Amino acid sequence: MTSPSSTLVDIRGLEKKFDLSGGLLEQISFKGGRFHRKQEAVHAINGVDLQVQKGEALCVVGESGCGKSTVARTVMGLLSPSAGEIHYDGQRIDHLDGKEVLPYRRKMQMIFQNPYASLNPRMTIQQTLEEPIRFHQPDATESQIRDKVQDVMESVGIDPDWGSRFGHEFSGGQRQRIAIARALAVDPEFIVADEPISALDVSIQAQVLNLMMEAQESRNLTYLFITHDLAVVEHFGTRVAVMYLGRVCELADTRTLFSTPRHPYTQALLSAIPKLEDDRPNHIRLQGEVPTPVELPSGCVFHGRCPYADDRCRQQIPQLIATDGGAQVACHAVEEGRL
Amino acid sequence: MTTATLSRWDRFRESFLWYSFKRDKVAIASFIVLVSMVLAAIFAPLLAPADPYDLAQINIMNSELPPVGLDGSDPAFPLGTDAQGRDLLSTILYGTRVSLLIGFGAVVLQAALGILFGLLAGYLGGRVDSILMRIADVQLSFSTLMVAIIVGAVFKASFGNLMFGEIAIYMLIFIIGVSEWPQIARTVRASVLAEKKKEYVDAAKVMGFRTRRIMFRHILPNTLSPIFVIATVQIANAIISEAALSFLGLGMPETQPSLGSLIKSGFDYIQSGSWWITLIPGLVLVVLVLVINLLGDWLRDVMNPRLYKG
Repeated sequence: MTSPSSTLVDIRGLEKKFDLSGGLLEQISFKGGRFHRKQEAVHAINGVDLQVQKGEALCVVGESGCGKSTVARTVMGLLSPSAGEIHYDGQRIDHLDGKEVLPYRRKMQMIFQNPYASLNPRMTIQQTLEEPIRFHQPDATESQIRDKVQDVMESVGIDPDWGSRFGHEFSGGQRQRIAIARALAVDPEFIVADEPISALDVSIQAQVLNLMMEAQESRNLTYLFITHDLAVVEHFGTRVAVMYLGRVCELADTRTLFSTPRHPYTQALLSAIPKLEDDRPNHIRLQGEVPTPVELPSGCVFHGRCPYADDRCRQQIPQLIATDGGAQVACHAVEEGRL
Repeated sequence: MTTATLSRWDRFRESFLWYSFKRDKVAIASFIVLVSMVLAAIFAPLLAPADPYDLAQINIMNSELPPVGLDGSDPAFPLGTDAQGRDLLSTILYGTRVSLLIGFGAVVLQAALGILFGLLAGYLGGRVDSILMRIADVQLSFSTLMVAIIVGAVFKASFGNLMFGEIAIYMLIFIIGVSEWPQIARTVRASVLAEKKKEYVDAAKVMGFRTRRIMFRHILPNTLSPIFVIATVQIANAIISEAALSFLGLGMPETQPSLGSLIKSGFDYIQSGSWWITLIPGLVLVVLVLVINLLGDWLRDVMNPRLYKG
């Protein structure tokens, strides 16, 4: 579909498990006259393959607990993957440490969900923005650093005279702008945004979103955008990946996905968007609950709630397969033409 | 959002700390008493009528003179004299100096150890955390005084009385500092555990900052409030520990008395009617510890994050 040279970030077979069972002593239990050793883990991501192309905004959507934030944090190296690889511009980065990873820290930045917690309360805005520049450009002069800080503050619409203030003196929207400025201060190529607007007032969300789009245009940025807000996806995303229980179930261009969703879960998700003209809403009601990520269902993770599931779905894990519409769908029913 | 940049002093003037201080009479009074005692101790050589360390100024004939206003008092010795004939006022001023020095010194040492180990345990977690906190638990299960007595007695036996007298002040700082660090380490660890989950720490990690930089530049400044509160109370505790050790004969020698060793030296004469040698230094010690504790209580109330998050 796309040539490999334009792939910036390549996520291959990524898995992340969080151990629940604790130390060896806590794993051992005595039941029915015998000792048992029981190991449990939350399977947050179960084999995710994603390619982020240069210059695009790849949105990852899904309900709470589907592993989308874990994907973001693993890509940024805040969590180490249990299995799988992450490549940046052709280089594997998930096993690097210390000095080797520094050049990638500069190229990859992250914007966080909660602007009330993402700024250090004991540092002024000036200090917050200066520190990364000083760290990554040790030979920059004082005046260069000051110019750079002034430059990024202006580019996110914060008055540079406010530099000596502390984070708590700003509103949520302003703080998120400052957090964006901090990410932009090191001139990154790739930004992971983990629900950057979900903690903001609705009136501010559009401003911050537009700011991010402007920055994308002027700085030629690539985004991995994590969200649960489908309206934002339609506005912002180049492509969309829909996640369910730690797996990608559909990956398509934004327009394709919204006009012709193929995967049964995507169809249900999109039908849940409230519309103004809806006097008779036609939601697809899914049966049951999301299964626990501690004991994953066999086969397709969605089979327990899928109206089209058959024996094959219960046994065999579906892979992402390109369809004629340009979308990649992980569904046996779509592959077999039953749907 | 129109005011220009504020200086540090302006920030302090607008802070909740200053606001509540102005409204708390107990805190103001304690602060004034503490500051005057600290100043009197620092400037003891200028204020004291005599130098109690200078043997040439001491006359044994002046021993056990009562304070001014009692029968047989000498106006040259306003608070009377002790058993060696030293002026009690001068000795108390110098003794307060020794006590405060040991109190502050021990807390600085405690804080240095406690902050370092608390940060390491809280931030690195895992095995480092288990090992450091088990050491702290073991140490807390001994009484501070017991550890101090054992260490002090061993040192005294191995160095001899004369040598011990010279290094006593550093020994006491070391003993009290080392035996009380778990208090501060636990407090620091608890607040580091809360802080390290916040997103600004993740942001610093994403920037590629080293662990040491994140620990000391980003997390430590945000855990200072509880450290400050506990350090204040620990100064009072250290002064009391020192007084108790001195009273047991394991503290400051009588040639350079602290408040504790003054109380002890007077204790031998209390039966013979010279009550002032014990009582007056005792009162000074009580007032000193009381004002520090009152200030500590006030700080704890003000810096309680449930009331105010600064």
